[in-house]
Amino acid sequence: MLARRIIPCLDVKDGTTVKGVNFVNLKNAGDPILLGKRYCDEGADELVFLDINASHEGRSTFVDMVRRVAENVSIPFTVGGGIASVHDVGRLLEAGADKVSINSAALRNPGLIDDIAHNFGNQVCVLAIDAHCVDGEWGCYLNGGRIPTDRKLLEWAYEGQERGAGEILFTSMDHDGVKQGFACEALSELSSRLDIPIIASGGCGAKEHFLDVFAKGHADGALAASLFQLNEIHIPDLKRYLSDNGIAVRI
Amino acid sequence: MKVAIIKYNAGNVFSVRCALQRIGVDAIVTDDAATLRSADKVVFPGVGEASTAMDYLRRHNLDTLIKSLTQPVLGICIGMQLLCRHSEEGNTDCLGIFDSDVLRFDNSAAPGLKIPHMGWNTIEPCQHGNMTGGTHCKLLDESCTGKYLYFVHSYYAPVGSHTVATCNYITPFSAMLQKDNFYATQFHPEKSGTVGEQILKNFIML
Repeated sequence: MLARRIIPCLDVKDGTTVKGVNFVNLKNAGDPILLGKRYCDEGADELVFLDINASHEGRSTFVDMVRRVAENVSIPFTVGGGIASVHDVGRLLEAGADKVSINSAALRNPGLIDDIAHNFGNQVCVLAIDAHCVDGEWGCYLNGGRIPTDRKLLEWAYEGQERGAGEILFTSMDHDGVKQGFACEALSELSSRLDIPIIASGGCGAKEHFLDVFAKGHADGALAASLFQLNEIHIPDLKRYLSDNGIAVRI
Repeated sequence: MKVAIIKYNAGNVFSVRCALQRIGVDAIVTDDAATLRSADKVVFPGVGEASTAMDYLRRHNLDTLIKSLTQPVLGICIGMQLLCRHSEEGNTDCLGIFDSDVLRFDNSAAPGLKIPHMGWNTIEPCQHGNMTGGTHCKLLDESCTGKYLYFVHSYYAPVGSHTVATCNYITPFSAMLQKDNFYATQFHPEKSGTVGEQILKNFIML
């Protein structure tokens, strides 16, 4: 049976890993390669490395770091942040990344999704969406949650799928860093409307939140950063807990 | 031990090379016929689209070369599918080592199951001993039983006479194929943690 995925995320800035609280007040927390390797050894199913400053300052992601990750970890990993062209994607895949996540660049130029899917296959293209709920409606944001757009979560995610995205990585800006649980209702709706896997991000603070995101949010994977980074939840414990509660996980 | 990875236009060659490095094997990446022929083991990796990949192989005469190899060859993912007879992806005639015709997953009867089949799934070694000489899957050992492996694919090889391990997603399909000196995995051993590394080790030890 296909396992639900536990995905530690490493937000990388200037070569070190940081974690933001509601996208501001960045706290520093370690070397991305060592941390990635530790997660891999602990049983993480996949890793995500986000160059959190790249989109803001127009920098491209660190290819060297990607290459070192590929050398050191034996599980799939996604790289994101500042990817704006097929050329950027090619460079990252050559360096060993399995998937790339695109966010602001796709909102600005939706055709980028088609181009990536056409050149490298759907499975390579992860459409990351940062959204914030206002009066019951989820709106999508650019540049790490700094700039609102007129796109709505569901229609944008669906368009992404139709253009060839292989996966949606949905971050609720309202839940991120608050540790009160994932945005399960919105996730469940996404999951039922779309045919591609949905990865949940933002809001977990306890093992129960992961159980909820799989059982109620119907997410295919759940992503967290600080929780794993600061050892607040140990991945093997989390997986045992999920397995005991009827969720298929890789142990 | 000389291990060669076939260089062609399908991705993830670097990941395979890194995985071999982690188990102490320094593989060379090449499309040179003489080097490939003289290698002790050949890995045929791949992430990509079948018709584009086959076109490339034909243009570089790698199609006839691969078929003529006599040392152990390991096909991975699209590499495995290209070793089959035909692929529905781009209606492509493939290398024909394994007598399977690769099909696209159809989830119309299972709408909750998404395509691609992406993530970790378990495999089952076949018990039916239908191999040449009745052999079982040589790349799996007991440490692999019930373990998860990493899959990413939208097309699959149905269970057939060369199937030595199956996986179930929408339908049972070939997780591993084996015929003579040709071995193949639909999953990515290079991305499947310690279990994947064990399978690569088993291939290198053949």
